[in-house]
Amino acid sequence: MPALEIEPLDAPPSEAGPDRRTRREQPLPIRLTHWFNVPLLVLMAASGLQIFYAYPELGPRGALYRWYPLQGVQPPSWIRFGGWLAGARHWHFALAWFLMLNGAVYLAYFFWSGEWRRRLFLPKRDAANALRMFAYYTHIARTPQPDDFYNGLQRLAYTIVIIVGIVMVLSGLAIYKPVQLHWLTMLFGGYDGARVVHFAGLCILAMFVATHLVLVAAHPRDIIKMITGGGRAALDRPS
Amino acid sequence: MPRSIDRRKLILGGTAASLLAGCDNRASAWFLKAMERWNEHFQAALFSPHRLAPELPPGTETPLRDFPQYYISDDLPEAPDDWTLKVGGIVRRPQVLTLDELKKMPRTAMRIQHHCVEGWSAVAAWAGVRVSDIAHLAGLDPRARYVEFRSFDSGYWSSWDLPSAFHPQTILAYEMDGMPLPPGHGAPLRLYSAVKLGYKMVKYLTEVNFLPNRTGGYWEDQGYEWFAGV
Repeated sequence: MPALEIEPLDAPPSEAGPDRRTRREQPLPIRLTHWFNVPLLVLMAASGLQIFYAYPELGPRGALYRWYPLQGVQPPSWIRFGGWLAGARHWHFALAWFLMLNGAVYLAYFFWSGEWRRRLFLPKRDAANALRMFAYYTHIARTPQPDDFYNGLQRLAYTIVIIVGIVMVLSGLAIYKPVQLHWLTMLFGGYDGARVVHFAGLCILAMFVATHLVLVAAHPRDIIKMITGGGRAALDRPS
Repeated sequence: MPRSIDRRKLILGGTAASLLAGCDNRASAWFLKAMERWNEHFQAALFSPHRLAPELPPGTETPLRDFPQYYISDDLPEAPDDWTLKVGGIVRRPQVLTLDELKKMPRTAMRIQHHCVEGWSAVAAWAGVRVSDIAHLAGLDPRARYVEFRSFDSGYWSSWDLPSAFHPQTILAYEMDGMPLPPGHGAPLRLYSAVKLGYKMVKYLTEVNFLPNRTGGYWEDQGYEWFAGV
Protein backbone atom coordinates (compact mmCIF):
# COMPACT_ATOMS: atom_id res chain seq x y z
CA MET A 1 0.00 0.00 0.00
CA PRO A 2 1.82 3.15 -1.17
CA ALA A 3 1.68 6.29 0.92
CA LEU A 4 -0.67 8.83 -0.58
CA GLU A 5 -0.54 12.54 -0.12
CA ILE A 6 -3.55 13.93 1.59
CA GLU A 7 -4.08 17.62 1.56
CA PRO A 8 -5.41 19.54 4.51
CA LEU A 9 -9.14 19.73 4.27
CA ASP A 10 -9.21 23.51 4.19
CA ALA A 11 -6.80 23.60 1.25
CA PRO A 12 -8.14 24.44 -2.22
CA PRO A 13 -8.90 21.49 -4.51
CA SER A 14 -5.78 19.87 -5.83
CA GLU A 15 -4.32 20.93 -9.16
CA ALA A 16 -2.68 17.56 -9.63
CA GLY A 17 -2.64 15.86 -13.02
CA PRO A 18 -5.16 13.34 -14.29
CA ASP A 19 -3.12 10.34 -13.09
CA ARG A 20 -3.17 11.55 -9.51
CA ARG A 21 -4.08 8.64 -7.28
CA THR A 22 -6.94 8.98 -4.92
CA ARG A 23 -8.11 6.95 -1.96
CA ARG A 24 -11.50 5.54 -1.12
CA GLU A 25 -13.54 7.12 1.64
CA GLN A 26 -12.98 4.02 3.75
CA PRO A 27 -9.62 2.55 2.68
CA LEU A 28 -9.10 -1.20 2.92
CA PRO A 29 -6.94 -1.19 6.09
CA ILE A 30 -9.59 0.85 7.89
CA ARG A 31 -12.39 -1.44 6.69
CA LEU A 32 -10.50 -4.59 7.67
CA THR A 33 -9.53 -3.36 11.12
CA HIS A 34 -13.06 -2.04 11.62
CA TRP A 35 -14.67 -5.41 10.93
CA PHE A 36 -12.07 -7.38 12.88
CA ASN A 37 -12.98 -5.16 15.80
CA VAL A 38 -16.57 -6.38 15.79
CA PRO A 39 -16.10 -10.00 16.97
CA LEU A 40 -13.02 -9.07 19.01
CA LEU A 41 -14.74 -6.31 20.96
CA VAL A 42 -17.86 -8.40 21.55
CA LEU A 43 -15.86 -11.36 22.86
CA MET A 44 -13.55 -9.17 24.93
CA ALA A 45 -16.51 -7.41 26.54
CA ALA A 46 -18.37 -10.67 27.21
CA SER A 47 -15.33 -12.51 28.62
CA GLY A 48 -14.49 -9.40 30.65
CA LEU A 49 -17.96 -9.45 32.16
CA GLN A 50 -17.56 -13.16 32.98
CA ILE A 51 -14.38 -12.22 34.84
CA PHE A 52 -16.17 -9.32 36.55
CA TYR A 53 -18.94 -11.78 37.55
CA ALA A 54 -16.49 -13.45 39.98
CA TYR A 55 -16.24 -10.21 41.99
CA PRO A 56 -18.88 -7.77 40.76
CA GLU A 57 -17.72 -5.14 43.23
CA LEU A 58 -15.47 -2.12 42.89
CA GLY A 59 -12.97 -1.34 45.61
CA PRO A 60 -10.80 -3.51 47.86
CA ARG A 61 -12.16 -6.02 50.37
CA GLY A 62 -13.54 -4.25 53.42
CA ALA A 63 -13.50 -0.84 51.70
CA LEU A 64 -15.83 -1.03 48.70
CA TYR A 65 -16.31 2.27 46.91
CA ARG A 66 -19.45 3.97 48.23
CA TRP A 67 -20.06 5.96 45.05
CA TYR A 68 -20.62 2.83 42.94
CA PRO A 69 -24.36 2.11 43.09
CA LEU A 70 -24.27 -1.40 41.57
CA GLN A 71 -22.06 -3.18 44.14
CA GLY A 72 -22.63 -6.91 43.88
CA VAL A 73 -24.89 -6.71 40.82
CA GLN A 74 -23.84 -9.60 38.58
CA PRO A 75 -23.90 -9.27 34.81
CA PRO A 76 -26.59 -11.61 33.37
CA SER A 77 -25.56 -14.84 31.66
CA TRP A 78 -26.53 -13.79 28.12
CA ILE A 79 -23.89 -11.07 28.19
CA ARG A 80 -21.09 -13.32 29.52
CA PHE A 81 -18.67 -15.53 27.60
CA GLY A 82 -16.11 -18.16 28.55
CA GLY A 83 -18.25 -20.46 30.70
CA TRP A 84 -16.46 -19.83 33.99
CA LEU A 85 -13.75 -17.63 35.42
CA ALA A 86 -10.80 -19.69 34.15
CA GLY A 87 -12.28 -20.01 30.65
CA ALA A 88 -13.11 -16.33 30.45
CA ARG A 89 -9.58 -15.40 31.55
CA HIS A 90 -8.09 -17.63 28.84
CA TRP A 91 -10.29 -16.02 26.18
CA HIS A 92 -9.71 -12.50 27.48
CA PHE A 93 -5.91 -12.80 27.62
CA ALA A 94 -5.78 -14.60 24.26
CA LEU A 95 -7.99 -12.22 22.28
CA ALA A 96 -6.47 -9.15 23.92
CA TRP A 97 -3.35 -9.68 21.80
CA PHE A 98 -5.35 -9.75 18.57
CA LEU A 99 -7.33 -6.69 19.56
CA MET A 100 -4.11 -4.85 20.39
CA LEU A 101 -2.56 -5.99 17.12
CA ASN A 102 -5.64 -4.84 15.24
CA GLY A 103 -5.52 -1.49 17.01
CA ALA A 104 -1.80 -1.12 16.31
CA VAL A 105 -2.32 -1.83 12.59
CA TYR A 106 -5.16 0.69 12.53
CA LEU A 107 -3.16 3.40 14.30
CA ALA A 108 -0.05 2.80 12.19
CA TYR A 109 -2.09 3.18 9.02
CA PHE A 110 -4.07 6.06 10.51
CA PHE A 111 -0.96 8.18 11.03
CA TRP A 112 1.25 6.88 8.20
CA SER A 113 -1.39 7.41 5.53
CA GLY A 114 -2.47 10.82 6.74
CA GLU A 115 -6.02 9.56 7.35
CA TRP A 116 -5.84 11.21 10.77
CA ARG A 117 -6.27 14.59 9.07
CA ARG A 118 -9.86 13.92 8.11
CA ARG A 119 -10.75 11.68 11.08
CA LEU A 120 -9.11 13.09 14.20
CA PHE A 121 -10.87 15.78 16.24
CA LEU A 122 -8.77 18.92 15.99
CA PRO A 123 -10.35 21.42 18.40
CA LYS A 124 -9.55 24.52 16.33
CA ARG A 125 -11.15 23.07 13.22
CA ASP A 126 -13.90 20.92 14.70
CA ALA A 127 -15.06 22.36 18.03
CA ALA A 128 -17.55 24.88 16.61
CA ASN A 129 -18.91 22.36 14.14
CA ALA A 130 -19.29 19.77 16.90
CA LEU A 131 -21.23 22.23 19.05
CA ARG A 132 -23.61 23.14 16.22
CA MET A 133 -24.05 19.44 15.37
CA PHE A 134 -24.88 18.78 19.02
CA ALA A 135 -27.46 21.59 18.84
CA TYR A 136 -28.98 19.88 15.81
CA TYR A 137 -29.17 16.46 17.43
CA THR A 138 -30.74 17.95 20.56
CA HIS A 139 -33.27 19.81 18.38
CA ILE A 140 -31.97 23.22 19.36
CA ALA A 141 -30.92 23.88 15.77
CA ARG A 142 -33.07 22.81 12.83
CA THR A 143 -30.57 22.16 10.09
CA PRO A 144 -27.48 19.98 10.40
CA GLN A 145 -24.03 21.45 9.93
CA PRO A 146 -22.51 20.80 6.54
CA ASP A 147 -19.58 18.47 7.08
CA ASP A 148 -16.38 17.74 5.25
CA PHE A 149 -16.08 13.95 5.29
CA TYR A 150 -17.04 13.78 8.99
CA ASN A 151 -18.75 16.40 11.09
CA GLY A 152 -17.17 17.69 14.27
CA LEU A 153 -19.23 15.46 16.51
CA GLN A 154 -18.27 12.34 14.56
CA ARG A 155 -14.62 13.31 14.77
CA LEU A 156 -14.98 13.89 18.50
CA ALA A 157 -16.63 10.49 19.02
CA TYR A 158 -14.11 8.58 16.90
CA THR A 159 -11.21 10.36 18.60
CA ILE A 160 -12.55 9.67 22.08
CA VAL A 161 -13.02 6.01 21.22
CA ILE A 162 -9.38 5.73 20.08
CA ILE A 163 -8.23 7.26 23.36
CA VAL A 164 -10.54 4.98 25.36
CA GLY A 165 -9.14 2.01 23.44
CA ILE A 166 -5.60 2.94 24.46
CA VAL A 167 -6.71 3.50 28.08
CA MET A 168 -8.38 0.06 28.03
CA VAL A 169 -5.13 -1.61 26.98
CA LEU A 170 -3.13 0.24 29.64
CA SER A 171 -5.64 -0.27 32.47
CA GLY A 172 -6.01 -3.92 31.46
CA LEU A 173 -2.25 -4.43 31.69
CA ALA A 174 -2.28 -2.63 35.05
CA ILE A 175 -4.82 -5.14 36.42
CA TYR A 176 -3.04 -8.11 34.79
CA LYS A 177 0.40 -7.22 36.22
CA PRO A 178 -0.01 -4.88 39.20
CA VAL A 179 3.42 -5.80 40.58
CA GLN A 180 5.56 -6.18 37.46
CA LEU A 181 3.97 -3.07 35.89
CA HIS A 182 3.60 -1.29 39.20
CA TRP A 183 4.33 2.17 37.74
CA LEU A 184 1.48 1.71 35.30
CA THR A 185 -0.90 0.51 38.00
CA MET A 186 -0.03 3.55 40.14
CA LEU A 187 -0.94 5.76 37.17
CA PHE A 188 -4.52 4.54 37.58
CA GLY A 189 -4.51 5.03 41.35
CA GLY A 190 -3.57 1.44 42.12
CA TYR A 191 -5.03 -1.98 41.33
CA ASP A 192 -8.60 -1.17 42.34
CA GLY A 193 -8.41 2.18 40.55
CA ALA A 194 -7.31 0.39 37.38
CA ARG A 195 -10.32 -1.95 37.71
CA VAL A 196 -12.61 1.08 37.91
CA VAL A 197 -11.00 2.65 34.84
CA HIS A 198 -11.17 -0.64 32.91
CA PHE A 199 -14.85 -1.09 33.79
CA ALA A 200 -15.69 2.55 33.06
CA GLY A 201 -13.92 2.17 29.71
CA LEU A 202 -16.17 -0.79 28.91
CA CYS A 203 -19.23 1.34 29.72
CA ILE A 204 -18.01 4.16 27.47
CA LEU A 205 -17.26 1.74 24.64
CA ALA A 206 -20.71 0.16 25.04
CA MET A 207 -22.36 3.59 24.86
CA PHE A 208 -20.30 4.43 21.80
CA VAL A 209 -21.29 1.19 20.06
CA ALA A 210 -24.97 1.72 20.91
CA THR A 211 -24.91 5.27 19.50
CA HIS A 212 -22.88 4.12 16.51
CA LEU A 213 -25.43 1.40 15.71
CA VAL A 214 -28.38 3.79 15.97
CA LEU A 215 -26.76 6.41 13.75
CA VAL A 216 -25.50 3.91 11.23
CA ALA A 217 -28.99 2.40 11.04
CA ALA A 218 -30.22 5.88 10.17
CA HIS A 219 -27.55 6.19 7.46
CA PRO A 220 -27.37 2.71 5.90
CA ARG A 221 -25.22 4.01 3.03
CA ASP A 222 -22.35 4.36 5.51
CA ILE A 223 -22.54 0.62 6.20
CA ILE A 224 -22.15 -0.08 2.48
CA LYS A 225 -19.18 2.29 2.40
CA MET A 226 -17.55 0.42 5.26
CA ILE A 227 -17.86 -2.74 3.12
CA THR A 228 -17.06 -1.50 -0.38
CA GLY A 229 -14.88 1.44 0.54
CA GLY A 230 -17.11 4.05 -1.06
CA GLY A 231 -16.14 6.60 -3.70
CA ARG A 232 -12.68 7.74 -4.52
CA ALA A 233 -13.20 11.45 -5.11
CA ALA A 234 -14.15 12.55 -1.66
CA LEU A 235 -10.62 12.88 -0.42
CA ASP A 236 -9.54 15.91 -2.37
CA ARG A 237 -12.84 17.72 -2.61
CA PRO A 238 -14.65 17.78 0.65
CA SER A 239 -18.33 17.94 -0.09
CA MET B 1 -9.13 -5.64 -9.00
CA PRO B 2 -11.79 -4.64 -6.50
CA ARG B 3 -13.40 -8.03 -7.00
CA SER B 4 -10.28 -9.93 -5.97
CA ILE B 5 -9.92 -7.72 -2.92
CA ASP B 6 -13.50 -8.45 -1.97
CA ARG B 7 -12.92 -12.18 -2.32
CA ARG B 8 -9.78 -12.01 -0.20
CA LYS B 9 -11.66 -10.02 2.39
CA LEU B 10 -14.42 -12.63 2.46
CA ILE B 11 -11.94 -15.45 2.99
CA LEU B 12 -10.09 -13.50 5.67
CA GLY B 13 -13.31 -12.54 7.38
CA GLY B 14 -14.64 -16.09 7.28
CA THR B 15 -11.45 -17.56 8.72
CA ALA B 16 -11.38 -14.97 11.48
CA ALA B 17 -15.03 -15.49 12.29
CA SER B 18 -14.76 -19.26 12.61
CA LEU B 19 -11.55 -18.92 14.61
CA LEU B 20 -12.89 -16.32 16.99
CA ALA B 21 -16.38 -17.66 17.43
CA GLY B 22 -14.80 -20.96 18.40
CA CYS B 23 -17.54 -22.95 16.66
CA ASP B 24 -15.23 -25.92 16.71
CA ASN B 25 -14.38 -26.93 20.26
CA ARG B 26 -11.12 -28.60 19.35
CA ALA B 27 -9.97 -25.59 17.38
CA SER B 28 -10.78 -23.19 20.18
CA ALA B 29 -9.09 -25.43 22.77
CA TRP B 30 -5.98 -25.56 20.59
CA PHE B 31 -6.09 -21.81 20.10
CA LEU B 32 -6.44 -21.09 23.83
CA LYS B 33 -3.66 -23.55 24.69
CA ALA B 34 -1.31 -21.91 22.20
CA MET B 35 -2.17 -18.46 23.50
CA GLU B 36 -1.66 -19.56 27.10
CA ARG B 37 1.84 -20.75 26.20
CA TRP B 38 2.46 -17.37 24.60
CA ASN B 39 1.14 -15.59 27.68
CA GLU B 40 3.36 -17.72 29.93
CA HIS B 41 6.41 -16.59 27.96
CA PHE B 42 5.18 -13.03 28.18
CA GLN B 43 4.69 -13.27 31.94
CA ALA B 44 8.04 -14.97 32.53
CA ALA B 45 9.78 -12.32 30.40
CA LEU B 46 8.04 -9.55 32.30
CA PHE B 47 8.98 -11.07 35.69
CA SER B 48 11.98 -9.57 37.37
CA PRO B 49 13.49 -11.31 40.43
CA HIS B 50 14.54 -7.90 41.74
CA ARG B 51 11.30 -5.98 41.30
CA LEU B 52 9.56 -5.70 44.64
CA ALA B 53 5.90 -5.08 45.35
CA PRO B 54 5.64 -1.83 47.30
CA GLU B 55 5.51 -2.14 51.07
CA LEU B 56 2.41 -0.46 52.46
CA PRO B 57 2.38 1.68 55.60
CA PRO B 58 1.07 0.34 58.94
CA GLY B 59 -2.67 0.72 59.37
CA THR B 60 -3.52 -0.16 55.78
CA GLU B 61 -4.33 -3.78 56.65
CA THR B 62 -7.74 -5.06 55.60
CA PRO B 63 -9.80 -5.86 58.74
CA LEU B 64 -9.29 -9.57 59.36
CA ARG B 65 -13.05 -10.29 59.13
CA ASP B 66 -13.04 -8.81 55.59
CA PHE B 67 -10.04 -10.84 54.36
CA PRO B 68 -11.68 -13.94 52.85
CA GLN B 69 -10.74 -17.30 54.34
CA TYR B 70 -10.46 -20.04 51.84
CA TYR B 71 -9.97 -23.80 51.93
CA ILE B 72 -11.35 -26.65 49.84
CA SER B 73 -12.14 -28.99 52.76
CA ASP B 74 -15.70 -29.05 54.07
CA ASP B 75 -14.50 -28.04 57.52
CA LEU B 76 -11.70 -25.80 58.68
CA PRO B 77 -8.52 -27.88 58.20
CA GLU B 78 -6.87 -28.58 61.54
CA ALA B 79 -3.14 -29.10 61.89
CA PRO B 80 -2.07 -32.36 63.60
CA ASP B 81 -0.34 -31.93 66.95
CA ASP B 82 2.90 -33.33 65.60
CA TRP B 83 2.86 -31.02 62.55
CA THR B 84 6.11 -30.70 60.63
CA LEU B 85 7.17 -29.38 57.24
CA LYS B 86 8.94 -31.85 54.96
CA VAL B 87 11.41 -30.38 52.48
CA GLY B 88 12.37 -32.82 49.77
CA GLY B 89 12.57 -33.55 46.07
CA ILE B 90 15.99 -33.22 44.49
CA VAL B 91 17.89 -31.74 47.42
CA ARG B 92 21.08 -32.92 49.08
CA ARG B 93 19.77 -32.59 52.67
CA PRO B 94 16.04 -33.38 52.94
CA GLN B 95 14.57 -31.65 56.00
CA VAL B 96 11.80 -32.23 58.48
CA LEU B 97 11.22 -28.89 60.22
CA THR B 98 9.12 -27.99 63.23
CA LEU B 99 7.45 -24.58 63.52
CA ASP B 100 10.00 -23.57 66.19
CA GLU B 101 12.86 -24.46 63.88
CA LEU B 102 11.30 -22.41 61.10
CA LYS B 103 10.86 -19.45 63.42
CA LYS B 104 14.56 -19.57 64.29
CA MET B 105 15.49 -19.08 60.64
CA PRO B 106 15.95 -15.53 59.21
CA ARG B 107 12.60 -13.75 59.41
CA THR B 108 11.19 -11.78 56.49
CA ALA B 109 8.23 -9.45 57.03
CA MET B 110 6.18 -7.51 54.50
CA ARG B 111 2.93 -5.58 54.33
CA ILE B 112 1.67 -5.84 50.75
CA GLN B 113 -1.42 -6.03 48.59
CA HIS B 114 -3.00 -9.39 47.84
CA HIS B 115 -4.47 -10.09 44.39
CA CYS B 116 -7.12 -12.78 44.00
CA VAL B 117 -7.90 -14.36 40.64
CA GLU B 118 -11.51 -13.28 41.20
CA GLY B 119 -10.51 -9.64 41.06
CA TRP B 120 -10.47 -8.52 44.67
CA SER B 121 -7.54 -7.10 46.54
CA ALA B 122 -6.78 -6.90 50.25
CA VAL B 123 -3.83 -5.97 52.43
CA ALA B 124 -2.14 -7.87 55.22
CA ALA B 125 1.23 -7.99 56.93
CA TRP B 126 3.01 -11.34 56.71
CA ALA B 127 6.12 -12.74 58.34
CA GLY B 128 7.97 -15.97 57.75
CA VAL B 129 10.90 -17.67 56.07
CA ARG B 130 11.96 -17.07 52.49
CA VAL B 131 11.54 -20.08 50.20
CA SER B 132 15.05 -19.35 48.92
CA ASP B 133 16.38 -19.79 52.49
CA ILE B 134 14.59 -23.14 52.74
CA ALA B 135 16.17 -24.23 49.44
CA HIS B 136 19.58 -23.14 50.69
CA LEU B 137 19.14 -25.07 53.93
CA ALA B 138 18.14 -28.22 52.06
CA GLY B 139 20.94 -27.93 49.50
CA LEU B 140 19.18 -27.43 46.20
CA ASP B 141 20.20 -29.66 43.31
CA PRO B 142 21.10 -27.47 40.31
CA ARG B 143 18.76 -29.56 38.13
CA ALA B 144 15.76 -28.29 40.10
CA ARG B 145 13.56 -25.97 38.02
CA TYR B 146 10.24 -26.13 39.84
CA VAL B 147 8.91 -26.40 43.34
CA GLU B 148 5.75 -28.04 44.53
CA PHE B 149 3.80 -27.09 47.67
CA ARG B 150 1.46 -29.58 49.32
CA SER B 151 -1.02 -29.22 52.17
CA PHE B 152 -3.30 -31.04 54.60
CA ASP B 153 -6.31 -29.20 53.09
CA SER B 154 -7.80 -32.22 51.25
CA GLY B 155 -4.78 -32.42 48.99
CA TYR B 156 -4.76 -28.78 47.84
CA TRP B 157 -1.45 -28.13 46.12
CA SER B 158 0.34 -26.02 43.56
CA SER B 159 3.65 -25.92 41.70
CA TRP B 160 5.77 -22.90 40.87
CA ASP B 161 8.62 -21.80 38.67
CA LEU B 162 11.78 -21.37 40.74
CA PRO B 163 12.41 -17.67 39.93
CA SER B 164 9.01 -16.72 41.40
CA ALA B 165 9.52 -19.02 44.39
CA PHE B 166 12.96 -17.47 45.07
CA HIS B 167 11.65 -13.89 44.80
CA PRO B 168 12.63 -12.02 48.00
CA GLN B 169 8.91 -11.51 48.75
CA THR B 170 7.98 -15.19 48.57
CA ILE B 171 7.89 -16.67 52.06
CA LEU B 172 6.50 -19.51 54.12
CA ALA B 173 4.45 -17.36 56.49
CA TYR B 174 3.67 -18.19 60.12
CA GLU B 175 2.41 -14.70 61.04
CA MET B 176 -0.43 -12.55 59.71
CA ASP B 177 -1.01 -8.98 60.90
CA GLY B 178 1.38 -9.48 63.80
CA MET B 179 -0.39 -12.59 65.14
CA PRO B 180 0.29 -16.29 64.68
CA LEU B 181 -1.30 -17.30 61.37
CA PRO B 182 -5.06 -17.79 62.06
CA PRO B 183 -6.58 -21.24 61.33
CA GLY B 184 -8.78 -19.73 58.60
CA HIS B 185 -5.76 -18.40 56.77
CA GLY B 186 -3.63 -21.52 56.65
CA ALA B 187 -2.25 -22.19 60.16
CA PRO B 188 0.34 -23.16 61.07
CA LEU B 189 2.25 -22.34 57.86
CA ARG B 190 1.28 -21.07 54.43
CA LEU B 191 2.97 -19.91 51.29
CA TYR B 192 2.70 -16.18 50.71
CA SER B 193 4.05 -14.14 47.83
CA ALA B 194 3.87 -10.70 46.24
CA VAL B 195 4.27 -12.06 42.73
CA LYS B 196 1.46 -14.61 42.29
CA LEU B 197 -2.33 -14.74 42.41
CA GLY B 198 -3.88 -16.02 45.63
CA TYR B 199 -4.64 -19.57 44.49
CA LYS B 200 -0.93 -20.23 43.97
CA MET B 201 -0.23 -19.55 47.66
CA VAL B 202 -0.85 -22.92 49.28
CA LYS B 203 -2.10 -22.81 52.88
CA TYR B 204 -1.87 -25.50 55.58
CA LEU B 205 1.54 -26.54 54.23
CA THR B 206 2.95 -30.03 54.74
CA GLU B 207 5.54 -30.43 52.00
CA VAL B 208 7.89 -28.45 49.81
CA ASN B 209 9.40 -30.49 46.96
CA PHE B 210 12.02 -29.16 44.56
CA LEU B 211 11.65 -30.87 41.18
CA PRO B 212 13.29 -30.97 37.75
CA ASN B 213 9.93 -31.13 35.98
CA ARG B 214 6.83 -29.04 36.03
CA THR B 215 3.73 -30.45 37.70
CA GLY B 216 0.29 -28.93 38.13
CA GLY B 217 -1.93 -27.98 41.02
CA TYR B 218 -5.46 -28.17 42.39
CA TRP B 219 -6.89 -25.33 40.29
CA GLU B 220 -4.27 -25.54 37.56
CA ASP B 221 -5.37 -29.10 36.73
CA GLN B 222 -8.95 -27.85 36.35
CA GLY B 223 -8.00 -25.18 33.84
CA TYR B 224 -6.70 -22.15 35.71
CA GLU B 225 -3.43 -20.61 34.54
CA TRP B 226 -0.33 -22.31 35.87
CA PHE B 227 1.97 -19.27 35.90
CA ALA B 228 -0.56 -16.82 37.37
CA GLY B 229 1.94 -14.05 38.06
CA VAL B 230 0.92 -10.54 39.00
